[in-house]
Amino acid sequence: MPGDPIITVENLSKRYLLGHQALADTLRDRLGHGARRALGFLRLGKRHEKPKIEEFWALSDVSFEVPRGRVMGVVGRNGAGKSTLLKILSRITEPTTGRVRMRGRVASLLEVGTGFHPELTGRENVFLNGAILGMSRSEIFRKFDEIVAFSEIEKFLDTPVKHYSSGMYVRLAFAIAAHLEPEILIVDEVLAVGDAQFQKKCLAKVSEVTRDDGRTVLFVSHNSAALQSICDTGLWLSQGKVAGEGPINECLAAYLRTGSNQVVFSAPSEEKPHITSISVDSRSLAEGRVQVAVGFKSPFPLSPPIVGVLISSKFGQPISGSNGRMAGDRWKPGPVRAGVITAHLDHVPLHSDTYLISVYLGDSIMDYDQRLEAVEFNFVSPRFYPQMPPLHVIGPSDFEWQWSLKED
Amino acid sequence: MSGLPLSHPGSASADSENDLIIEAGRASSNYWSDLWRYRDLLMFLTMRDIKVRYKQTVLGVGWAVIQPVITTIIFTFVFGKLAGMSAGGVPYPLLVLAGLLPWQLFSAALSGSSASLISNANLISKVYFPRLIIPLSSLGVALIDFLVVLVLYFGMSIWFGRIPSWHWALLPLFIVAAMVLALGAGLWFTALTVKYRDFRYIVPFFVQVGVFISPIGYSTGVVPSWRNLLDLNPITGVIDAFRWCLLSDGQPFDVRGILCSIAISAVLTLSGLQYFRKMEKTFADII
Repeated sequence: MPGDPIITVENLSKRYLLGHQALADTLRDRLGHGARRALGFLRLGKRHEKPKIEEFWALSDVSFEVPRGRVMGVVGRNGAGKSTLLKILSRITEPTTGRVRMRGRVASLLEVGTGFHPELTGRENVFLNGAILGMSRSEIFRKFDEIVAFSEIEKFLDTPVKHYSSGMYVRLAFAIAAHLEPEILIVDEVLAVGDAQFQKKCLAKVSEVTRDDGRTVLFVSHNSAALQSICDTGLWLSQGKVAGEGPINECLAAYLRTGSNQVVFSAPSEEKPHITSISVDSRSLAEGRVQVAVGFKSPFPLSPPIVGVLISSKFGQPISGSNGRMAGDRWKPGPVRAGVITAHLDHVPLHSDTYLISVYLGDSIMDYDQRLEAVEFNFVSPRFYPQMPPLHVIGPSDFEWQWSLKED
Repeated sequence: MSGLPLSHPGSASADSENDLIIEAGRASSNYWSDLWRYRDLLMFLTMRDIKVRYKQTVLGVGWAVIQPVITTIIFTFVFGKLAGMSAGGVPYPLLVLAGLLPWQLFSAALSGSSASLISNANLISKVYFPRLIIPLSSLGVALIDFLVVLVLYFGMSIWFGRIPSWHWALLPLFIVAAMVLALGAGLWFTALTVKYRDFRYIVPFFVQVGVFISPIGYSTGVVPSWRNLLDLNPITGVIDAFRWCLLSDGQPFDVRGILCSIAISAVLTLSGLQYFRKMEKTFADII
């Protein structure tokens, strides 16, 4: 039945024990523990210390379903439990409680080129990695030419991969992964690597297989643009719990609305004016606006306090920046020692992507402090272009182009 | 995956038999069929280890031969010449090499497998496959080295003018016995090494001591009074059986020794498998 869920997750929880005993313990710890207990017994009155074990619930009571043929994006902050969820679904680790039922062959891709050996040639690694990902030898033989063609590295097939550039390495690894034929594909943040053109080729391949073969994909990414373009539903995890579920755009927007991307700095020295915090307001981000609040503190009054904000692409290319000095007469606050200056941008002509923010602090004459690429934020553009070329081709700016035609 | 036709969407797994259920403490019911499904991975991992080991070495596979040759020369000198032990009419180097063969198979498989999970930690934390594949691939590597030395032994045997007898036909049985013994001990050490890294130091020491408490440099015939004690070492029975096959020196086949060793192997392997499978689920968390 097509409407049947292919993945059913019920009340899934995973507990990790933190503390010296839980992780790779040595015999000495075990023996030492026994010895300490014996000593504690001798030295009456002195209570022996219990080994400190902390519990950490990476996932708690997570339930959801994925219908067949759906591409579900999993979003959430670092540490929200996304990776743990994927590890359980990939059978790498066991849940503490709960149940998962998957109705189909599963392949998971938590890393690019898992098991690649630098000393082996590209050809040898195709077979090794294919087998690691669960392909049989005959399956790899059958798809070998296709994999090599997809990877575009024919010439270097018999070179050890330690001599490959990172781009070639990633291409080969992706090419193998792209030729897996599971019914359920689980993908972690692997598309974050590799050049954009090849990423696009892989995304296209994923869309192709899901559309044509009805494959189900579970996809974790921090790249909003990628999530928007290939997923139809979203699952939002927060502190190990399901915080939201629904169409990907709503899910992403809800996730991005929460909290703010904030960094707080400790002062390098109190003798010099310094930036104390930077925060990007997520609520306005979700509405397509950018608000950067910069906290500052100074031993002497700044007259006037000047803050500079620079937005750059995730690769660090500057896109747009401004500061109070550029505002001229419109920015004339009196002398201040401490406070928060907020920069507002109501119309942000940017495409959906991850961007970096750098912040500068000064007065009318000079700069005192700077925090380069200190905060990153995911911008989800309210505009959506179905036929959009990749960002490295058209750039991150989204100007409002007009078109006209004069017929001859 | 292999052999199975790729199921078409819609028709896939309508029966709940094929559903994959993940639950705490649930022993995967298709563990053994998974193991079979991943047999190609076993082969590729074995090949990887062998290829990688001899890349950028001048002598390459020669190294598999040099070690046993030098050990044979030293043992022949120390036990045969200095200590003047009797080989029962067999050229002493042949006696040593025939004992060294199963010992090397055992010790290489043991040290290889106990280190194998740690050195493949990246695989364990990123991909699912029956973890048993990894120590098994170490066993495969040891077996291939063993076969190289077996060819060497064959050459030496001819050179010393000793033609193989029908006893040779039984050799595969004893190779299996040596491998099962190595597997049993290997499984224990593999699982223990993941949890207690101390075993990284214990295993080499264990192997070093083993060379001397096993009848490698001497025949069990020269120490009749120690026989009972020696038989407690499960490799003794295997070494004697190897010598019976390879030397054909008219010594009677030592049934008690090999039975002892088979019994110990069986206990070790069964309990080792159980312990390994119990620990296996936590490998990714503690590695």
